[in-house]
Amino acid sequence: MIEAKGLTKHYGNFIAIEDVTFKAEKGEILGLLGPNGAGKTTTMRILTGYIPATSGDAKVGGYDILTQSLEARRHLGYLPETVPLYTDMTVREYLGFAGKLHGLTNAKVAKRSGQVIDTCRLGEYRDTIIGKLSKGFRQRVGIAQAIIHEPDVLILDEPTIGIDPRQVVETRNLIKELGGEHTVILSTHILPEVSMVCGRVIIINEGRVVAMDRPENLSDRLGGASRIVMDVRGPDREIVQTLSKVEGVKTVNSEDLGGRQRYTVDFRPNKDLREDLARLVVNRGWGLLALQPQGFSLEEIFLKLTTKEEI
Amino acid sequence: MRNTILITAKEFRSYFTSPIAYVVTAVFLALTGFFFAVSVTRPLADASMRDFVSISQFILWFIIPALTMRLFAEEQKLGTLEMLLTAPVRDIEVVLGKYLASLGVLLAMLLPTAYFVALLFWFGTPDTGPILSAYIGLVLMGAALLTLGLFASSLSSNQIIAFVVGAGIILVLLFADAVAGLPGADPPLFVQRLVAVIQYASIRTHLIDFSRGVIDTRDVIYYAVLTVVGLFLTVRSLETRRWR
Repeated sequence: MIEAKGLTKHYGNFIAIEDVTFKAEKGEILGLLGPNGAGKTTTMRILTGYIPATSGDAKVGGYDILTQSLEARRHLGYLPETVPLYTDMTVREYLGFAGKLHGLTNAKVAKRSGQVIDTCRLGEYRDTIIGKLSKGFRQRVGIAQAIIHEPDVLILDEPTIGIDPRQVVETRNLIKELGGEHTVILSTHILPEVSMVCGRVIIINEGRVVAMDRPENLSDRLGGASRIVMDVRGPDREIVQTLSKVEGVKTVNSEDLGGRQRYTVDFRPNKDLREDLARLVVNRGWGLLALQPQGFSLEEIFLKLTTKEEI
Repeated sequence: MRNTILITAKEFRSYFTSPIAYVVTAVFLALTGFFFAVSVTRPLADASMRDFVSISQFILWFIIPALTMRLFAEEQKLGTLEMLLTAPVRDIEVVLGKYLASLGVLLAMLLPTAYFVALLFWFGTPDTGPILSAYIGLVLMGAALLTLGLFASSLSSNQIIAFVVGAGIILVLLFADAVAGLPGADPPLFVQRLVAVIQYASIRTHLIDFSRGVIDTRDVIYYAVLTVVGLFLTVRSLETRRWR
């Protein structure tokens, strides 16, 4: 449904995004994750045809966003970062305008307005002037506007920002419901949101895609065997020293659990040190009580990918 | 076409749900009414709309950019331009929609001035021809100036900047004929030609014929070209906004 190939955008000398390539299949919910200023909004603006890429191309529903722009835009529902609201209209007038702008007939607009007002739980406010709505409701009106014409592809830029926790949960559920029939791309800098809502996640940092996978695979692949937690009974200082000398080990932290210590051993990925460490401890005659590999949490992966420090 | 009408309706409604249309019309009527009253109550005054036309063009100088300044600037400020430009609607449809709405307001604003004409008929025997041609000229001029205001509005997200730039462009065109005095006596031929071209570009000179009852094709073409150029520039300005 969505295809981005080598998208690059320069603003003068500033590189907003570079060589962003990905695909989203029908019914998929794809998360764009990255710190502020990573290039999420730029990527989305290019996908919607609001700004052109410096190089690379993007297709929506099989149509090129630049050369077959109108066709591509017909398949799109878009919630920009700043919710585009005419503050002097009522919710219903606004949704009517948005629907007709996307080519719905009058009859269809009336029907769909009612439906999206229900879906986004705006019933009480259907005849309220948008300028008088609170931030959370404005956000909902923004989502209603994006889905009124039942687009194949939904692009949502930070859909849960600035709304209260209960509404966040409702909005996430709404997005989950929308996936399946719509292809959804959403951007966020909230990590749990990604694992809750998205089937797949793209992590962007400084304009580049640094990882792209299912949330659970990401933590397997990047964290997989690179951290081992082991409980050992024995002389603490000696154990730390010995473990630290093993090739590939980066840090060893110990924690006293009373009569035994828990060691958290981080080492370079792509190497499984479980057997080496177990043998070492046993050969020294210390008591190996437990040994468990641990994946990094999504937070840690995110930090690892988006900061230059190594964890 | 359908999209243009949709946007025209939205903008037109927005002019009248906000105080803009009313305030602008009230100011226009108050000012033209005052000068009309002064001109027709002079001793030996004509029963004509000539003074009304000549004063109207100066009032339109700031009324027009006031009408157009919010059309694109506000959309940019609210972020709704992003919605308009990512909807399956052509840029030209957006521009035309907004333009026609402002033209509608201009006509609605000129309509009440018909009572000036009614007064002329009540107290005198004016010529119908020049009055009609004067209105045609005024509408053509207004239609052209609106496109310049619209262009100015597409340049910025700040309405004050849109207003000042729009009024500036219109003022320059209004007084372009003033360059006639610059070259001094007996200038070289190319300077004469240049002056003639700039004089032709002046908005004011083209209105004079209309107010006298003459509809000259050259004047009509001038305003038509100005309108098309203004609309074209606005569409291009929207396009380059995407490229920035």
